[in-house]
This record gives sequence, C-alpha cells and structure tokens, in this order.
Amino acid sequence: MIQANNITYRIGSKTILKNISVNFEAGKINLILGPNGAGKSTLVKVICNQLKPQEGSVFYEGIDIRKASVAELAKVRAVLSQNTELAFPLKVKEVVMMGRYPHFSVNPTAKDEQAVEEAMHFFDVEGMAERDYLTLSGGEKQRVHFARVVSQIWYPSENGCRYLFLDEPLTFLDVHYQFQFMHKLRELLKQQDLVIVGVVHDLNLAAKFADHLVLLNNGELLSAGTKTEVLTQENMKTAYRLEPVIHNDERGMYLFFE
Amino acid sequence: MKKKSNYKGTFPILLILLVIITFFSIRYGAVSISLEEIFSSCRKFFTEPESMDLTERIFMEIRLPRAILCIFVGASLAVGGTLLQALFRNPIVEPGLIGTSCGAAFGAALYFALGATFGFSVGKWTLPLAACLGALLSTSLVFFLSQSRNSGKSSIVALLLTGIAINALFLSGVGFLSYIARDPQARSIVFWNLGTLSGANWTSVLIVGISTVGTILISLRYAKHLNALMIGEEEAQFLGVNIKSLKWKVLLINVIMVAVATAFVGVISFVGLIVPHLLRIINGSDNRFLIRNSAILGGILLCVADLISRMVLRPAELPIGIVTSVVGVPIFIFLLQRKNYFF
Repeated sequence: MIQANNITYRIGSKTILKNISVNFEAGKINLILGPNGAGKSTLVKVICNQLKPQEGSVFYEGIDIRKASVAELAKVRAVLSQNTELAFPLKVKEVVMMGRYPHFSVNPTAKDEQAVEEAMHFFDVEGMAERDYLTLSGGEKQRVHFARVVSQIWYPSENGCRYLFLDEPLTFLDVHYQFQFMHKLRELLKQQDLVIVGVVHDLNLAAKFADHLVLLNNGELLSAGTKTEVLTQENMKTAYRLEPVIHNDERGMYLFFE
Repeated sequence: MKKKSNYKGTFPILLILLVIITFFSIRYGAVSISLEEIFSSCRKFFTEPESMDLTERIFMEIRLPRAILCIFVGASLAVGGTLLQALFRNPIVEPGLIGTSCGAAFGAALYFALGATFGFSVGKWTLPLAACLGALLSTSLVFFLSQSRNSGKSSIVALLLTGIAINALFLSGVGFLSYIARDPQARSIVFWNLGTLSGANWTSVLIVGISTVGTILISLRYAKHLNALMIGEEEAQFLGVNIKSLKWKVLLINVIMVAVATAFVGVISFVGLIVPHLLRIINGSDNRFLIRNSAILGGILLCVADLISRMVLRPAELPIGIVTSVVGVPIFIFLLQRKNYFF
C-alpha cells in the first residue's frame, strides 16, 4: 500500500499540490483524475519519488521512500511517463530490456531475457522485437513502453509490494488497445502484491475500470473513493465546469456530456 | 528498415581489419620496410639493439610507435565521441563541439607561446599537462554554462550554442597567442592545431596507452546507464540511474581520454563524430557494443588517415587533422542525408 500524507509541493511561489493525503492499495486499479493543470502528473511524480515535496511524506508499506536509494527503488517500482522519446535507433527488444537494467550489472541473465520475452508477449509486441523502435507508430511505441515498465517489475519482490505508475498511458492508443490495456492491467492485478496508480483523462474509461478514484482540482483533493462516490454531478461541475448526465444501469456507469 | 547484423560478429571483423591496416601502416611511408627488416628489427631490439641499421631503427623508433599511438589516439577520440553522444543524447556531439579540443589547443598554445616566460615546467610533461588543463577548463565551462538555472538540466540547443561560444572564445585565445608568438612557436601552434603524429615515441605511446585503455575499461562500466539515458533523464532515474553522478563521471572520463590524446598529437577532428555514426548503422545503438567497437574502428580510421597523410605528399607529410576533415566531412554530410537514419 502507498500512503501519501499531507503532501504540499511548490514551484517558486506557486503551490502545485496543497496538503494532499491519499492511499493506494494493492490489487486495485487506482486512477487519478482531474482537469488540465490540476496537479495529477505532479502527484504521481511525488509518490514515485521523482519530486521531493516541501511538506508531507510518502510511505510504501510503511517505509518512507526518501530513505530508499534510486537503485533499490527501481527494482520494485516502474514508471511510465508521458512523451518518452528515444534519442538513437534501438531495437524494440533492447528498449524492453531497459526495464531489466536495475536487476543486472553488466549482462542480462536468463531470468532477465525471460522477463523481457514474457512481457513482450503479454503486450503483444513480440512480433516487432527486431524492429527499430524509431520506425514504430505512436501506439506501437506506447505498447513497447508498457512491456518495458512491466518487465521491470515482472517478478515478485522478495520483501513487500511492486508499484506501477502510469502517467496518461492511453494517449496514443485507439479504442481497441485502450480497452485491451485496461484488461491487461486487470490481469496483472491477479498478482496480489501489485499497486497500480494511473492518470487518465477519459472519465468513462475510469468509470468502467477503476476500483479507486482520486479527483484533483486546482492542486487540491476534491474527492476520493469509489466511482459512485467520486463521479458525481457536483464534483464534475466543480472540476470540469460541465454538468454530465450520469447513467448507471446494468451495463455499468457512464457519463454523457453535452 | 533492413535487418541489422548480429552484434557479436562485428568486433572480431573489426579486429582483423585493424591488424591488416596496422600492417600496412608500419610497412609503408617515406621508406618502405620489408617483412624481413621488420622481423630482424624486432629480434635485434631485444637481443642486440646497438647493431640495428637505419631502416630497422626507423621501424622500431618511428614507424611502430607511431602506428600504435595512432591506434590509441583513434580509440580515445572515437570512444570520447560515443560517450558524449550518449551523455547528451545527441548524435552530432563530439569532443570538438563542446570545447574539449579547443581548450586543449588553447592550453598547448599557452605553453608554446608563454611557457618559456612563465618558467613553469615539468619537463616533457608540460605540454600534455597544459593541454589537459585547458580541456578541463573549457569543457566544464560549456557543461555548467549550458545548464538551466531552474531545472538543472542541460538542453541540447543550449549546450551546442554554449559550445560554439566557448569554442570561439578559446580559438580567439589561440589566435591571439599565435599572433604574439615568435615565428618558431607560432608555427608549432599551427602544426599542433592541425594534428600531427610525427612526434610519436615510446613515452607518448605508454602515456596515451595507459590513459586510453584505462578510461575505456572504466567507461564500459557505465554503458548500461548510458543506454538507459537514451530514453530520457527522468526515465533513466526510474531505471535506477543516478544522473548527476553519471554526468560527472562520464564527463571526467571523457576529458581525460580526449585531452591526453590531443595533448600528444594535436587537434584531430571528426573521428569522434564519424565512428559512432558508422557503428550505429551497422550495429544499432547499444552502448555496450558501441564503446568496444568504436575503440577498434577509431583505431582503424586514424591509421588509414595517417597512412594517407604520409603517402600523399611523400616524402613530406600532410597534417593528419586535414586528412580526417577532408575525408570526414563528406561522410558526415552523406550520413545526414540518409533518409532512414533518424535523429
């Protein structure tokens, strides 16, 4: 479980996150929502130890992450950021192998090779293993990075949980792959020691797949809880200045904006 | 995109090529040396060094150290280029572009023009030391001035522009020093700026050899981290890389590597740029392979350039820096125009 307590993050005089406390549990799809500039990406960066908050602290299984080294943390925590671009031509399987870098010193072991192969198979990119990453389409690149970050935490860690952070993972994907990806996440969560935290923009996708939602607005925590608790007409109006019609029937919950 | 060849095959092929080129390099020049003379020279060197004749002496005291120095310098420059390209995540960076070579040239010019006046001297080490200090000064200036105040990150554009500015500054320093220098010193500066291997001897081979082999072996340890850097600084941190310390270490390795080599042979451009490019086309961009292979290919290219520089105006010599530029520029432009080569 990840606990973030009273996080405040400022750049200069501007406060990006104001006193935010949230928990993310293992075995659930945790999604962070909010309008542009609400502080979603910043919150993800704080809880994955990329940014140091001025106030508050983040705990993984009760351990303060400021005490963990960059190298140690990389063995149990993988992060998919927005706009990852490669500076040089590299084969797809080499990009995926980067996920295993925290686990070996000079040459990959058989275990690392296996993790890469299985992760590529899992995300359906093994067919492009030998292709140059730079020649792939946006959606294909995104799937390669899925394989990379998942291969990083492919095996259970000896002590404690594994953590997967996804900052807008669905941006370059078509509907088919968006749904496929969310189903894959669900499949990954069968492993009970995995904590998944993601940022998405599509509220209906969140309504369909999320177990736990966190809604940010203007750097503050507006609401947290299940989809029926968070995706209310009032919250949507505050955050997005739009009043959706919220349907909740046997096919699930969806929001209709007009 | 055509399928790239296997990584493993490249290294032995390059090694064989290097041996062949070295063989040509030690045989031909102002004087051609036969195989028998090479063998007898090697034998006499260990048994009765006094009895060597002129050709045998040329081989043992000029040709052979020159060829070996050439390999070491080529390896240093090429690996230096590979490291910097990886560190700055940019395929057009080379030691010359971020001030290392110009700084070394300035240090050397300072020694040529004012060394006698200052009276500071550590014997034949003075020139290499001056060049190293100059290179360290200019490279760290470029590195720190190009870092953004807010994020502490170095953008590539800022880096290259700062590099241009610092290069111009140090080159005008070199210009000023050659202007105030008397004639023999001024000519030394000019020669040094064009690069020459004619000063090769066993001492320089030993020093450059230690620096080259040592720094390349150390840099292999950072290959994986430099690979991770390819997908961005933040991403590399997520993969467990300590970016700040990596930058420092690689930059320091690079300055030592390039400055020591430059100190003995002068400014030789384009090797550091071309070699990694050529290898990327054959091999992809995995730094673990790039570093190892660029050391060998750098040696090969510089040996060829040296052979050309000795053969074209035989028995006179062309400065090797001119050869590498004349050969390197068209290759570089050709590479830039290739459609399937991405930046």
